[in-house]
Amino acid sequence: MMAQLEPINLPDVEWSLLAPEMILIGGAMALLVAGTFRRDRTMAAAACIFTVAVAVAAMVASWGIWADVGGGAGGARLAIADAVVVDGFAIFFTVVICTAVALGALLAHGYLKQERLEASSFYVLVMLSASGGVLMAKANDLILIFLGLEILSIALYVLAGYHQRREQSREAAIKYFVLGSFSSAFFLYGVALTYGATGSTNLGFIAEFLATQTVTGGVLLGGFAFLLVGLGFKVAAVPFHMWTPDVYQGSPTPVTGFMAAAAKAAGFAALLRIFYSAFGTEQLDWQPIVWALSVLSMVVGSVLAVVQTDVKRMLAYSSISHAGYVLIGLQAANDRGIAGSLFYLLAYTFLIVGSFATVAIVARKGDDRTGLDAYRGLARDRPGLAFAFTVFLLAQAGVPFTSGFLAKFYVISAAVEARSYAIAVIAMLASVVAAFFYLRLIVVMYMAEDQAMAGVGPETSAAAAATGDGDGTGTGDGGVATAVVTRVEIPVAAAIAIGLCLAFTVGAGLLPQPVIDFARHATLLRL
Amino acid sequence: MSESLPILTLLVVIPALGAAVVALLPGGNERLLKLVGVVFAGVALALAVALIFDYQADGGGFQFVSEHVWIRSFGISWKLGVDGISLFLVALTGVLFPLAIIGPEVHRDVKGYVAWMLLLEAGCMGVFLSLDLFGFFLFWELVLVPMYFLIGGWGYDRRIYATLKFFLYTMVGSALMLVGILAVVFLHQQATGVLTFDVVTLAETQSLASSTARWLFLAFAASFAIKVPIFPVHTWLPDAHTEAPTGGSVILAGIMLKLGTYGFLRFGLYLFPQAAVDLAPVFLTLGTIGIIYGAVVAIMQKDLKRLVAYSSVAHLGFIVLGTFGLSQQGLEGGVLQMVNHGLSTGALFFLVGMIYERRHTRLIAELGGIQRVAPVFAGVFMVVMLSSVGLPGLNGFVGEFLILIGTFVTHRWWAVVATAGVILAALYLLWAYQRVFHGQAEGANASFPEMTMRERAIMAPLVALIVVLGVYPQPVLDRIAPSVRELITHVEEHSDYRQPAAAAGTAER
Repeated sequence: MMAQLEPINLPDVEWSLLAPEMILIGGAMALLVAGTFRRDRTMAAAACIFTVAVAVAAMVASWGIWADVGGGAGGARLAIADAVVVDGFAIFFTVVICTAVALGALLAHGYLKQERLEASSFYVLVMLSASGGVLMAKANDLILIFLGLEILSIALYVLAGYHQRREQSREAAIKYFVLGSFSSAFFLYGVALTYGATGSTNLGFIAEFLATQTVTGGVLLGGFAFLLVGLGFKVAAVPFHMWTPDVYQGSPTPVTGFMAAAAKAAGFAALLRIFYSAFGTEQLDWQPIVWALSVLSMVVGSVLAVVQTDVKRMLAYSSISHAGYVLIGLQAANDRGIAGSLFYLLAYTFLIVGSFATVAIVARKGDDRTGLDAYRGLARDRPGLAFAFTVFLLAQAGVPFTSGFLAKFYVISAAVEARSYAIAVIAMLASVVAAFFYLRLIVVMYMAEDQAMAGVGPETSAAAAATGDGDGTGTGDGGVATAVVTRVEIPVAAAIAIGLCLAFTVGAGLLPQPVIDFARHATLLRL
Repeated sequence: MSESLPILTLLVVIPALGAAVVALLPGGNERLLKLVGVVFAGVALALAVALIFDYQADGGGFQFVSEHVWIRSFGISWKLGVDGISLFLVALTGVLFPLAIIGPEVHRDVKGYVAWMLLLEAGCMGVFLSLDLFGFFLFWELVLVPMYFLIGGWGYDRRIYATLKFFLYTMVGSALMLVGILAVVFLHQQATGVLTFDVVTLAETQSLASSTARWLFLAFAASFAIKVPIFPVHTWLPDAHTEAPTGGSVILAGIMLKLGTYGFLRFGLYLFPQAAVDLAPVFLTLGTIGIIYGAVVAIMQKDLKRLVAYSSVAHLGFIVLGTFGLSQQGLEGGVLQMVNHGLSTGALFFLVGMIYERRHTRLIAELGGIQRVAPVFAGVFMVVMLSSVGLPGLNGFVGEFLILIGTFVTHRWWAVVATAGVILAALYLLWAYQRVFHGQAEGANASFPEMTMRERAIMAPLVALIVVLGVYPQPVLDRIAPSVRELITHVEEHSDYRQPAAAAGTAER
């Protein structure tokens, strides 16, 4: 009996193409071991520097592969029995996610020290979740995407609850975990339905199948729908956004920054690859759904952000609306749209990490001064920090000479090129609504030294009294914020992170051609 | 000026550089900060004056064009150029900014004030000089940010409300315009295969269906109309003007309102001639309503600054009338009137600011009899006010007269109604002058200080320009006319509009 079993054919593994993931996982393992031996201050600093080095090494490694796949000029390589595809697109996302790791690590150092949290396992989790994200970007098989999704998510669930002593942090972790598992189940069901309709989970096979066969019936459509739900949850698109404000607000602020950047990027990597590349022939079926998701995300995200009085929640809603803008690129379903989405995600990574870096600094010890009041007069106490935050906010609002403007310009130009004028107009109008709350925060920082404010003063003090708009997460941030405010401390590592974000935001706003070229040449393998 | 000196680029870059320098200086020394600010703005003014002298008066096309590829994959270039329409607006920008930097008292954070002012100057220059739709839009949006901070940071009591209203109103317009810009560019690409944001190429080689062109024109016009502002989207203006600090009001009225009227000329008429011709009656009507409505509301105002603000609505109505009257004289008058309005309303806002500094009120009812205690102040105010009324011999008359003549030939009844606005302007301004300056000075008004030397130095160039342009506007008109003629020819070539022979004559002699 035993002898009759056929030997399992193990596929060849092209390790060199997997170098970035290997570096991230290897780094995580090494730090995990090292962390058990020493747990003092030097170790915390060393772990931070090590994580940044690992992220940079992973980026350098992917740069090597970039040349290998023809500088992104369409020379994609398939690996491990076609389960992995290495193309410019995958490398672009590797760079985005590794950037988030490096910036997130810089940001976390001061925070962990200040909150007296154990450092090395934090960085281990960050690197592990990043490896999952990178895997999602490279996966050419729905099963592998699911694998990457879970690696990414499980580490993030733990990170969300990393500040165990804070109730909000624990609550965020549970919420994220329960809803996240739910969405993973949706995704898996979508995989199953797609498999049922096409006979494979391999994206290349699916694309070929759909190009040659006519698929009727609702099974494939059901597959689309469930895959969209699962990934829509990860990228926080309306109506799958319910978790976002609570989790963003409750998680330790550096985690929020990392999560907002990396999880969104990874989710979009999978979303763009599955729909634009594998389901490209069925464009007419999914385009209207993506249109609706995009419009809903932009409008709901912007409008709900306006009524927030907690800056973390406000940024959470704004990140929901950003997801809507990235979806415009997918909806346009042309090369400019995909490049626009990529540009948007890269610009957004720097913007959101920079923003949350500021939030983390202003939140001070205890990580709970996140109400609008905490920002009152920041321009006077910390002009540099206030200036940087202003640039990040204006960039998110889409003001010229910043990367944020070009990001919006890029995706909207793709929509106009595809003659989707309606979504372009809606996007621009939503950005006006969004401008309102970014400006309101700037008003508080710059113009609210006295109480003579017309629109903002009464609102924020009312908010301080209401503490966290009734969903039980905010606990008296108003009371703390109105206490005598001491000048905030800016940790060196966080200052470096903010400086890098600022440099990119302004640099890519003034001379965007290299970044645009990177996004344009990050070609997605059309299957 | 050597050929190699990129004078237009310098006009944009030098103020921006100045903003950066001021931002890096320590904040304590107010005199030094203002000095540095005024040096940079002064260099820009010198360049603008040099530009006028170097400008070939008889050439109607774009001069000093400098073009560099900026974002290759979108066909975007850094393209600047100047013609008779933008030339004097650039000069006006050069004149008003140094005055707005040193002129008014700045009560807090001089450093921030000067830095934002210089950045604003760079943005305004960029709007007037850009010949690339992308660059134009960038600068168009960019000017919002410094003005937002200037009103919000240095304004009066309801400044936060006013500045948010200003920002959001203008952004709604820009939102539609960006979609319009992209649509123009991509429709052009789909028709010709060339992806470019260059205005000249787009205007000369596009072929839009007339209904498409009309929509696109409206997308642009929404943005311009809000900026001008044209009735009924003018409601942000009184608040923004009233709450802005003096320097902010001067720039807002003097320069930023012109961005809208300039936009209509450079992009509205130039890119969508047929649509502009088709929709001209709509804008003529709105312009005329603005003239009458602005004047009537101005008559009612109790607050001197608000009165001046509403008078802007009326004056800008004339410029809209001249623009959409589509006659040689009307357009010449419109361009000239943009400069005139900048000078006279800018000067009026300076004076209202000076009154507020002395009396801490702008209410007309609380002022009175100032002529007796401060005759020079009253005299200057009167000259400026009469220029705004449109008294012959001062600059306001020339522009309004040309606009009304030109429009009378092409669109008679609108011109007839609009002429009533001239009378109303005399009513509200003279009445206001009478209440503020005539009579007995009582209470605090009795000790109203006379104009200081510094204030006289600020007002002198403005009054001089008001008189010179009123007495001898010919050199200015000589430079405006060829460009206006080219624009009208362009409109005639690309639409079914034909200018009546009577309107084609120019103010050139």
